[in-house]
Amino acid sequence: MGLRYYLIRRLLLIIPVLIGLSIITFVISHIVPGDPVRLAAGPQATAEQIRKLEEEFGLDKPLHIQYLNYMRNVLRGNLGQSMMNRHPVAMDLKRYFPATFELVVVSTILGVLIGVPMAMAAAIFRDKWPDQISRMTSLSSISMPVFWLGMILQLILCMKLHLLPISGRFDPRTPLPPNVTGLLLVDSLLAGDLHKFGIALKHIALPAFCQSLIGIAVITRVLRADILEVMQRDFVIMARASGLPERVILFKYVLKNALIATVAMLGHLIGWELSGSVMIETVFDWPGIGLYAVRSAMTLDFQPIMGITLFVGLLFTTLNLLVDISYGVIDPRIRYG
Amino acid sequence: MSVLVDARRWWGRWQAENQGLIDEWRRGLYRFQQSRLSIIGTAIIVFLLIVALTGRSWVPYPEDAGFTTHVKIRLQGPSREHFFGTDEYGRDIFTRTVWATRTSLIAGTVVVLVGGLIGIILGGIAGYFGGIVNELIMRLTDIMLTMPGIFLALAITAALGPGILHAVAALSITWWPGYCRLVQAQVLSIREEDYVEAARCLGASRPRIIFSHILPNCLSAIVVKASMDFGFAVLNLAALGFIGVGAQPPAPEWGAMISKGREFLPYGWWYSTFPGLAMFLTVFGFNMFGDGFRDVFDPRARR
Repeated sequence: MGLRYYLIRRLLLIIPVLIGLSIITFVISHIVPGDPVRLAAGPQATAEQIRKLEEEFGLDKPLHIQYLNYMRNVLRGNLGQSMMNRHPVAMDLKRYFPATFELVVVSTILGVLIGVPMAMAAAIFRDKWPDQISRMTSLSSISMPVFWLGMILQLILCMKLHLLPISGRFDPRTPLPPNVTGLLLVDSLLAGDLHKFGIALKHIALPAFCQSLIGIAVITRVLRADILEVMQRDFVIMARASGLPERVILFKYVLKNALIATVAMLGHLIGWELSGSVMIETVFDWPGIGLYAVRSAMTLDFQPIMGITLFVGLLFTTLNLLVDISYGVIDPRIRYG
Repeated sequence: MSVLVDARRWWGRWQAENQGLIDEWRRGLYRFQQSRLSIIGTAIIVFLLIVALTGRSWVPYPEDAGFTTHVKIRLQGPSREHFFGTDEYGRDIFTRTVWATRTSLIAGTVVVLVGGLIGIILGGIAGYFGGIVNELIMRLTDIMLTMPGIFLALAITAALGPGILHAVAALSITWWPGYCRLVQAQVLSIREEDYVEAARCLGASRPRIIFSHILPNCLSAIVVKASMDFGFAVLNLAALGFIGVGAQPPAPEWGAMISKGREFLPYGWWYSTFPGLAMFLTVFGFNMFGDGFRDVFDPRARR
C-alpha cells in the first residue's frame, strides 16, 4: 500500500477519534456538580438573571440538543465563548497557542542539544563515569517535579542573583515586536531588533530549560540504547575492520542509523511537553494554553475547557500521524500498512 | 499438627508445580541485586514505607498536621526545634512533610491499582474476545490516549470540585489506557499458545481461561509497568495539588505545600524546598526501582 492510501485512511480515522473526544469532554463538563452559571453570574445574581444566562448559553435545552448545537458550531470554527470574559474560545486559543508553541519548540531544541551529546558520551564510555552521570541525570530529570525545580531556579537565579526575569514572556515596559508569527523570538529577529530578541530569550530561558528536562531524559536513554545496538551490527564491525577512523564510524555509520527512533520520537516528546506546559506555564506565568486551561478549570468555564481539550486532542492526533509518517521518511525500509 | 502437615504438603506441591516460576524469580532477584541503582531505589522505598507507616506517631508536633496557629514562630527558618522551618501559621514543616508521605503513597497506590485494574479488565476482554468488542474498547483507548492525561484530569477535578479524593478519581479514570493496550497486546499473543488451546479442549470456562491461564502470564509485564508508573502517579497528584485542585488545606500534601510556599518564596525558601525534596526522593526511588525491575523481567530492554 502506498503512502497516499495510508494517509487518507489515517486522516479519516481522526474523525471518529475527535467525535469521541468531544463526547467525553462534553459529558464531563456538563455532568458537573459545580454550577458554572451561578459562578459566572456572581453571588448576588437573582434567579431571573441566572435563567437568562442559562438561556444565552443554551443550557436550558436537553443534553443531546446542546451537544448537537455545540458540534454544529465547532464545525463552523466556533468553539463557543468564555463565560467569564465573553471572549470567543477560538480567538483565545489563537492568542495563547503561539506562546506554548514557542516554548515547546525551544525546549525541544534544547533537549536535543543536551541529550544527543550526553547519549553519545554514555554509549562510547559505556559503564564508565560519563555513562553513570548521564544515567543519573536522566533518571533525576524524569523524577523531578518541574514546578518545584522551576520555583527553586526562580528563587536562586531571579530573586537572589537577578540574572533572569522571574516570569512572563516579555518585558512589560518594552513595546512588543511587530506581530508576524506570534513567536516573539522569530518576530524580533524579523524586525531586526536584537535588543528585543535578547529580552525574549531571557524570558524563555528558564521555562524552556525546565521543560527540556523530559526531552533530555528520554533522548539520552533511547539514543544510548540505539547507539549501543547499532555498534554491534556487522557493518560497523566491517567498517572498523577496514580501518576507518573511529570518528567517521561514529558519525557516519552509527549515529545516522541510531538516530531514527529518536527523530521519530520527537513527535511524542512534543506531546509530553504539551502536557508539561500546564505546570511550567503556571509557575512561570507563561501566557500559553496550559495557563489558559488552568484558569478556565479553576473558574469552571467549560466552553474554553472543551475547546482546549478538542484542540489539544487534534494536535496530539496530528503529531502521532506525523510520527508514523516520519518513520517511513527517515527509514525507507519501513512500509506503511 | 495436621494443619501444619497439610500446609507443608501443599507448599511442597506448589513448589513442585511452579518450579519454573520460582527459578525465574530467583534468577530475576539475582539480576536485580546486580544493579546498584535498583538496590538504592529499593532502600529509598523501604525508608519511605517506614516513614509512611510509622511517621505519624513520631513526628515532633502532630497537632501541626491540622489547622493550628503559633503566631510567635511564623515563617522561621530551619532550626533545631524545627528541622525544615515553619510555615505562615507557625506550623512545623517537618511534621507536615512526614505526615504527607502516607497521603501521597496511598493516593499513588490507589491511582495505579484502580487505573491498572480497569485497564487489565478492559484489555483482557478486548484481547480475548476480539471482533467488535475489541474494536470498541481499543478505539475508546485510542481516544483516551489522544488526550494528554493532565488536561483531562484537570477538567474532571475542576468539575467534581477540588479535593484529594476527586484528584485521585480523576487520575484513575485517565490512567488505564496504557494498561489496556499492554494487556490487550499480550493477551492476543498468549491466546494462541498451546496450553490455552489445551485448557479450552478440556472444557475450561472462559473466565477460568482468562483469569488463571492468560492473565498470570501477562503479570510480569503489568508489574513492570506499574512499578515504572507509580512515581508518575505521585508526581501527577502533586501537580494537581500544586495547581490547586488537589488536596485542600489544612491537610498536608506535598504539591499543595509547594504551591503555598510559592507566596513566601523570597523570604522563606525552606517552605517549598523540603516538601519538594521529599517528593523528588519518592519519585526518584520508585523510578530507580522500576528501572531495575524492568531489567529483571524484560531481558530485551536490558542493556
